[in-house]
Amino acid sequence: MTKRRYERPVITKHHSGFMNKFGNSPVSVPKTEIDGVAVKKLTEEYGSPLFVISEKQIRQNYKNLFRIFRSRYPKIQMTWSYKTNYLNAVCSVFHNEGAWAEVVSAFEYDRARKLGIRGENIIFNGPDKDENALIRAIEEKAKIHIDHFDELYQIIELAEKMGKQAQVAIRVNMDVGIYPKWDRFGFNYENGEATEALRRIAINKNLKLIGLHTHIGTYMMSTEAYRTGASKLVHLANLLKSQFGLVLDYIDMGGGLPSYNTLKGQYLQAEELLPTLEQYADAITAPFFELNYSSDEMPTLFLENGRVLIDDAGFLITQVLANKRLSDGKRAIIIDGGVNILFTSFWYKHKISPAQQTSVHTENAAIYGPLCMNIDCIREDIVLPTLKKGDQLVVHHVGAYNVTQWMQFITLRPNVVMVMEDGSVELIRKSEDLDYIMSLESIPAKLQTGVK
Amino acid sequence: MAKFSVPSNLAVSESGFLFVPSSGETFTLNEIGSEIFMMLKKGSEDKEIFETVVDSYDIDLYTFEKDFSDFITQLKNHKLIKEL
Ligand SMILES: Cc1ncc(COP(=O)(O)O)c(C=O)c1O
Repeated sequence: MTKRRYERPVITKHHSGFMNKFGNSPVSVPKTEIDGVAVKKLTEEYGSPLFVISEKQIRQNYKNLFRIFRSRYPKIQMTWSYKTNYLNAVCSVFHNEGAWAEVVSAFEYDRARKLGIRGENIIFNGPDKDENALIRAIEEKAKIHIDHFDELYQIIELAEKMGKQAQVAIRVNMDVGIYPKWDRFGFNYENGEATEALRRIAINKNLKLIGLHTHIGTYMMSTEAYRTGASKLVHLANLLKSQFGLVLDYIDMGGGLPSYNTLKGQYLQAEELLPTLEQYADAITAPFFELNYSSDEMPTLFLENGRVLIDDAGFLITQVLANKRLSDGKRAIIIDGGVNILFTSFWYKHKISPAQQTSVHTENAAIYGPLCMNIDCIREDIVLPTLKKGDQLVVHHVGAYNVTQWMQFITLRPNVVMVMEDGSVELIRKSEDLDYIMSLESIPAKLQTGVK
Repeated sequence: MAKFSVPSNLAVSESGFLFVPSSGETFTLNEIGSEIFMMLKKGSEDKEIFETVVDSYDIDLYTFEKDFSDFITQLKNHKLIKEL
């Protein structure tokens, strides 16, 4: 006798009269493969949890964004924001597409150099550039984006001592009508600090002012903020030309375009809420046509986008460790990936799909990681089919910031693989092992006895 | 071994629809959920339910025991059964 197909028993309460607060239960379409490679096969070979990055998606995102900007303004240079994801393989895909490197620390600068990126193709941002890094950057003609007056004078002194000219721009912060204001980075526009800094630079023979930079914020939902930001930089550029006859090589509009991840507290899905990339590109490029530059002087528009180019190219495969009932009867699912490796779950409601065919019955659940810490919550509320221990889940849109901000905590950080355009799978970062972690430590001699 | 009591005015329809006259609440049960609920109403003990399910469904005992416990917790939560 063949037995009937089993499905766990479930009971679902109806909420009539008003919409259930989680919206209509979306039917979770299983995500059984990534770029044609079965999820199951990936974890059989590389373990769980597992980060998977799609080369194809990165290239597609890059080409798409480049095309959108290029069709609006002829001189575009993309730079890859290392902090968003600086795994060598990921950076290499971007460099292969033509992106320069955008770095914010000596560590990132050295990473770019080790990948063979020439100094002149590196944009050096951030408030923390130590003396050695500055010397190297001046020597190698990297584009140094000055963050504050202390740094400005340090560069002047170093360049004088070295008898070199540093290639510099300043980062400008400004009121673009959004809250909170990002006025901590760079020189302020409204209070005149930016123009003051530009005057000092313009008359210093050891500094070559080649550009202006702003990065107005991250996950920016307003196109108008970009239009305002670009207008203000264009105004400064016009001032530099009229007062000093100085023509800039570039204007760098930073990153900050949102990826299609839904923020916590956002009721609508990101796709329904966000402007299109074309609308952002219109807002960013339009003010450039107000420059008092001749057509052959027009500056290059630099972009430093991170999340919009990589988020949807990254997946985290996890598996169910246990099902539980919370005291109020709500279902809780414990998975093997915690917030220590999925930092972005603090601000995103990540889309999560089962990786196998499941029952049609869905239930609202909370998803927790394995960390034994109350903060370890991946989703507070998500409608999912019933799952059993060992079932797999795929967390979507995790390509940005996770594999740079992840923390090693109570266990080892997992493998990261890349599914290549030809469908092959490459290990691009090995999981740590205990010896590697412990090799960084030492035990003082007097502590080496005790209970064994 | 455990036995449960189901209020006598509760009945599941063939399609798995459950109406609670006292509160006006409504629920849906999946097929196996309805079957188990009917067995509970008949007064079956848990051991008996385990045997029936494992005999007729493609499932091992331990997995089903876990799912059964979870199902019972949900029913209790919705105040649809009481443990005797
Ligand atoms: C200076 C700078 N440029 C670019 C980025 C990339 O930002 P996003 O990932 O929002 O595009 C950042 C990130 O905060 C940044 O600080």
